[in-house]
Amino acid sequence: MISLADVVKRFDAGGGFTAVDGVTLSVARGKVTVLKGPSGSGKTTLLTLIGCMARPTSGRIALRAGHRVAIPGLADRDELDVTRLPERFLAGIRRATFGFVFQQFHLVRGISVIENVMLPGYPSGEPYGALRERAMGLLSRFEIARCATSPVERLSGGEMQRVAIARALINDPAVVVADEPTAHLDSRLSHAFMDTVAAIRADGKTVLIASHDPIVFESGVVDVVVEIRDGRIVEGAALR
Amino acid sequence: MILHPAVLALVVSSLLQSAMLLFASWNGALILRGWSPGSGSERQLALERRNCLVSSVVGYALAFQLLSLFFFLFTADRLHIQLTGAMCAAGTLNANGYGYPALLLKTADFLLAGTWLVVNHADTRGYDAPLVKTKCRLLLLLAPLLFLDAFLQFRFFADLEPDVITSCCGSLFGSGKGGLASDLASWPAVPAMGLFFAVLGATVAMGVVFLRSARGAVLFALLCGVTFPAAILALVSAFSLYIYDLPTHHCPFCVLQAEYGHIGYLLYAALLGGAAAGLSAGALAAFRKRGSMAAVVPPLQRRLVWTAIAFFLLFALAVSFRIVVSPYRSG
Amino acid sequence: MLDFALSSLLRRKGKNLSLVAVYTLIVFSVASLLFFVQAMKRESALILEGAPGLVVQRMVAGRHDPIPLEYAGTIAGIRGVAEARPRLWGYYYEPVVGANYTILAEYDGTGAQGVVLGNGVARTRRLAVGDLVTFRTYRNESLVLPVREILPQESELAAADLVVLSEADFRTLFDFPSGRATDLAVSVPNPREIPVVAGKIAALYPDTRPITKREMLRTYDAVFDWRGGMMVVMLAGALLAFVVFAWDKATGMSAGERLEIGILKSVGWETSDVLLLKFWEGAAVSLAAFLAGVLLAYAHVFLLSAPLFEQALKGWSVLYPRFRPVPAVDGYQLAIIFFLTVAPYTVATIVPCWRAATIDPDAAMRS
Repeated sequence: MISLADVVKRFDAGGGFTAVDGVTLSVARGKVTVLKGPSGSGKTTLLTLIGCMARPTSGRIALRAGHRVAIPGLADRDELDVTRLPERFLAGIRRATFGFVFQQFHLVRGISVIENVMLPGYPSGEPYGALRERAMGLLSRFEIARCATSPVERLSGGEMQRVAIARALINDPAVVVADEPTAHLDSRLSHAFMDTVAAIRADGKTVLIASHDPIVFESGVVDVVVEIRDGRIVEGAALR
Repeated sequence: MILHPAVLALVVSSLLQSAMLLFASWNGALILRGWSPGSGSERQLALERRNCLVSSVVGYALAFQLLSLFFFLFTADRLHIQLTGAMCAAGTLNANGYGYPALLLKTADFLLAGTWLVVNHADTRGYDAPLVKTKCRLLLLLAPLLFLDAFLQFRFFADLEPDVITSCCGSLFGSGKGGLASDLASWPAVPAMGLFFAVLGATVAMGVVFLRSARGAVLFALLCGVTFPAAILALVSAFSLYIYDLPTHHCPFCVLQAEYGHIGYLLYAALLGGAAAGLSAGALAAFRKRGSMAAVVPPLQRRLVWTAIAFFLLFALAVSFRIVVSPYRSG
Repeated sequence: MLDFALSSLLRRKGKNLSLVAVYTLIVFSVASLLFFVQAMKRESALILEGAPGLVVQRMVAGRHDPIPLEYAGTIAGIRGVAEARPRLWGYYYEPVVGANYTILAEYDGTGAQGVVLGNGVARTRRLAVGDLVTFRTYRNESLVLPVREILPQESELAAADLVVLSEADFRTLFDFPSGRATDLAVSVPNPREIPVVAGKIAALYPDTRPITKREMLRTYDAVFDWRGGMMVVMLAGALLAFVVFAWDKATGMSAGERLEIGILKSVGWETSDVLLLKFWEGAAVSLAAFLAGVLLAYAHVFLLSAPLFEQALKGWSVLYPRFRPVPAVDGYQLAIIFFLTVAPYTVATIVPCWRAATIDPDAAMRS
């Protein structure tokens, strides 16, 4: 469960610009939530705020349970306010609680598929062997184990997508965040992606997607659709 | 001035250190002016990044400080060949009025910078970074000391003239000639050793008390602060005799020479490490009530106390080993 | 993490190779210089090792003058002195090759005829054992002597320009007054007594000047260190250029690199992880350049006899010897090289690394 209260994100550059303007929202645990809206509506920024990639200018974002970050003095609290935490701890939360799938997949070029999948695991200092084994497990789950050692440049769009999902799942996160995941996929692959989302949801994970693709927000897997425009939630958002 | 490549290397590294500290202080001042915890403004976010920069810069500066402390001793030791009357680093450092102050200040700076880094480390562990302002203020105090250190070192080398006759350690640390060095040396060996082992015992005991009850960190730090000079005193007046196997040689610098297996580097590294860990354990005690520090400080203190005890015991073991294997017996 | 740092370096081969090449060159110059100076110091120390602990010269009007042989007997009688041996030596200018020879007389008077030549002399005059060599005496007569022996090449630095004559030939060559020697070599078995003996000699014969071995050693050391230091100062410009270059390389991150760090941060890497990554990258670059530079310098100085520095740093004699330095490297040299090269490089890269490490994690989302 993630709850946002009156969250504002303002950028100073270019004479000031408010990307997210007073959003109050709850993301339910174990559900698939879609943030829907045109490009420039602030949904990506909202996603970075929820994913602890950036701190809001004001407002409050709280994570409840599911986080496994050892923060001295806060470990025993039920609800964690992430708005005041320094970057050091946010990184730890990102690593342990969230898995990210980016619009352009953002695989690191020049290294192999398996190394890309293992990247989020390096900072935790987990033994290389165990990490690799887990990565292999995920790759075979998404049926791309045969490409494990090939460089990412050789992959097709659908394969890249699956590598990106495997990377998002490597640290067994409670929440998977995806930003316009189908923007570079054709319809067939987009439907395949939604099937994968259904599988992830079946694992008990929370999924949060920002998209303006009807294949995504009209999919039967989606539990909640939140419409965003000009940094605000459009009232009367459809709830299924 | 002796234009030895090592001298140049030291001057270069002290200039680099000063530049780094100046840069860190400037950033520290920026943080002091604009820090507003809890704010999510871009300014605050930028300052948090600068905070990380300051830690990184001071960390490197401290690493250089430690290396250059030993390198300074090593160079002083090597240069003695070029100075009339000098037999080891003691003579070189005595060649003008800047040598010993530079060495003492370097040592003090190392201990202070080590403490600062520990405080900094504790601060970054706290989710609310409660010590940022304190630590920036401390940095502004620390920086001038390092500048002074660079200055003293430069003056020391600049004024080092090969034709000035200096005293060798035999006369500096010889008994019964007056002066601090010979006072140290003329301490009778057995009481000096007794004093050292008594202080060491008290320190270790206090450390154990702290580990059991989580009380008395400040007292432990004070004892560590006493152990350091007590160890030097015992080294000059007693342990040196066993290291050199000579009843009259008391020099604390000749131990650095190859003839004695460079054992001095081990001894001084152990003492410096122990003192830095012990002192910072005490310094942290001042902050253990501030916000998240209540959860951060105690485990950190425990580790520091362990480290300090381990380093001091390493020193004690090393000298005891020398005493046992040495053919020299005090009368 | 180290693996990743290495592979990330390899992915940007062009950029990093040029950095490592320049870095290696810098380490190479500094290291060659220091190794060479160190080898020279060692060489002179080796030569002085055989030298007497104390040399006594006679002074006339503040200038060095031949010393009467009677002094030797009196000095030998001082407590602690084992022997006071008169020595005959000097310099001879050879106009044919335009070189100065060091001429030394064998004082033991075994009566052996002929000359012993240093390697350098023999090489430039193309002489072999049994050939005849001609010297022009101070009375403008020719002195023709057979070559008895040519010294081996070891420790060539000091012995290259050496010519050893018999005492009689020496006195003929220089028209040297009999009953006098160039100086006295006094051997004192206990080195601690040398200053005392020197003091007594000075008191006994106020017209003499005793010179101890330690003083000579010091002078040599100081001269070589000074030369080394001067060269380092001259290299300072190059060092500075290197630092600017390193700064530039580290600062100029491509958009791809920025994005990559953004990705790493967004998937949960902390600033300190990125700093660590950058640290490993820097350490790998430094280590590679340091090792390569030091090994090249070692080869340059000790295997190739430092062709690049020879003229500048040695230059005592036109017949500069084909000097093959004895390998002498210790941790201290390496420490100096480290402080002069790695330390500035590290400092130059701190701020760029920090810039890279504090790239916002949401940078990955925005592009």
